[in-house]
Amino acid sequence: MSDFSFWIILQNLLLATRWTILLSLIAFVSGGIVGLALLLARVSHNRALRIASIGYIELFQGTPLLMQLFLFFFGVALFGIEVSPWIAAWLALTFWTSAFLAEIWRGCVESIPKGQWEASESLAFSYGEQMRYVILPQALRIAVAPTVGFSVQVVKGTALASIIGFVELTKAGTMLNNVTFRPFLVYSLVALIYFALCFPLSWYSKRLEGRLNVAR
Amino acid sequence: MSLVSIKDVRKSYGAQEVLKGVSLEIGRGDVTAIIGRSGSGKSTLLRCINGLETYQAGAITVDGMTVGDGETDLRTLRRHVGMVFQQFNLFPHLTAGENVMLAPTVVAKEQKGEARAMAEALLEKVGLAGKFDAYPSQLSGGQQQRVAIARSLAMRPTVLLCDEITSALDPELVNEVLKVVEQLASEGMTLILVTHEMRFARDVGTKLVFMHQGRVHEEGPPKALFANPGTPELAQFVGSQH
Repeated sequence: MSDFSFWIILQNLLLATRWTILLSLIAFVSGGIVGLALLLARVSHNRALRIASIGYIELFQGTPLLMQLFLFFFGVALFGIEVSPWIAAWLALTFWTSAFLAEIWRGCVESIPKGQWEASESLAFSYGEQMRYVILPQALRIAVAPTVGFSVQVVKGTALASIIGFVELTKAGTMLNNVTFRPFLVYSLVALIYFALCFPLSWYSKRLEGRLNVAR
Repeated sequence: MSLVSIKDVRKSYGAQEVLKGVSLEIGRGDVTAIIGRSGSGKSTLLRCINGLETYQAGAITVDGMTVGDGETDLRTLRRHVGMVFQQFNLFPHLTAGENVMLAPTVVAKEQKGEARAMAEALLEKVGLAGKFDAYPSQLSGGQQQRVAIARSLAMRPTVLLCDEITSALDPELVNEVLKVVEQLASEGMTLILVTHEMRFARDVGTKLVFMHQGRVHEEGPPKALFANPGTPELAQFVGSQH
């Protein structure tokens, strides 16, 4: 039964961790890009854009990530389009991440005092110029800490991709458990690796938060 | 012909009417001080002049341009109407110099070099020659307000609106800001100030406007009005200020 030594288990988990990291990174970056577009729509002067953005955000925040994964993986297949676990996980995580980031960033934009809008408006800035030169640079500073903090959720969110057969850390753990029957060892290691990924992120986020508070 | 013409302007917030038909003519080079109790509508009136607030009836024109709703028109208008705020509202992520340079480079599309030279000259004019690279958080309230004045002047406005610009300052910092405004007045800049500085209104102002309950209650030459208020309301208001 124990053909698999501790080191082999760990080695295989670490190899699978690469996919967890890669999926997290890709989801975070593409979620960030879509999230930025959503944010701009959410705070724009155009009512239709705002409503569309709110609808999107509510939809993806208000449904479980797992359902979103199922819909992209199984749902799309019903229309005869073959979706690989990779693509389904990437798309679902992108939609999910973008919804949360847009909402976090909206809070940052709205925390900029009204006087900043009025001062730039009085200097004849257009809305776009206000955003680009006055509001977003300030919002960005406030946004760094909660954004890094949210990246922890993205890393943990990738674990759900295991259910549609994407072999990342959790899926590798399940497979190793199936052949070794040592669930406590395997899943402890899986949990430790997630912790090793997430802890530095949340620690860094806390540190950034502290640094910003001092500056104010 | 007046530079700023306000005709029977009315504005309400819901059922509350804050401007009940205000008319005012302000000529080029006038230094108009608007005084009155809080809630008399003086700040609201000022904010209507550059379109920060909308009004429901009447008309405001500045240098022949109507203050309306269209965003494009408003932007054209705002290039000619500067505004300085009670809370300074400097851009905290930019240095003093960058604060002054931003609108000329972004809005007026001036070259960086030119804008920089002008910003340096303007900061010198307001007595902050060495503070180009200082961030707003490193400056005192009085210094921040002077940067804010320089920032407005960088757009070469034809009229400058000042909304209680010394009200948020510690008493010992008020004078350094008023001195700058006085200098602008002496250079012939058209100024409209909402202020609680009665002495300044009397000594520097060329026109005094007393607002009361959403109306212009009295207007005229400051010295004459302060000496002989025409209405009991103004007499009482002037009396309460000292």
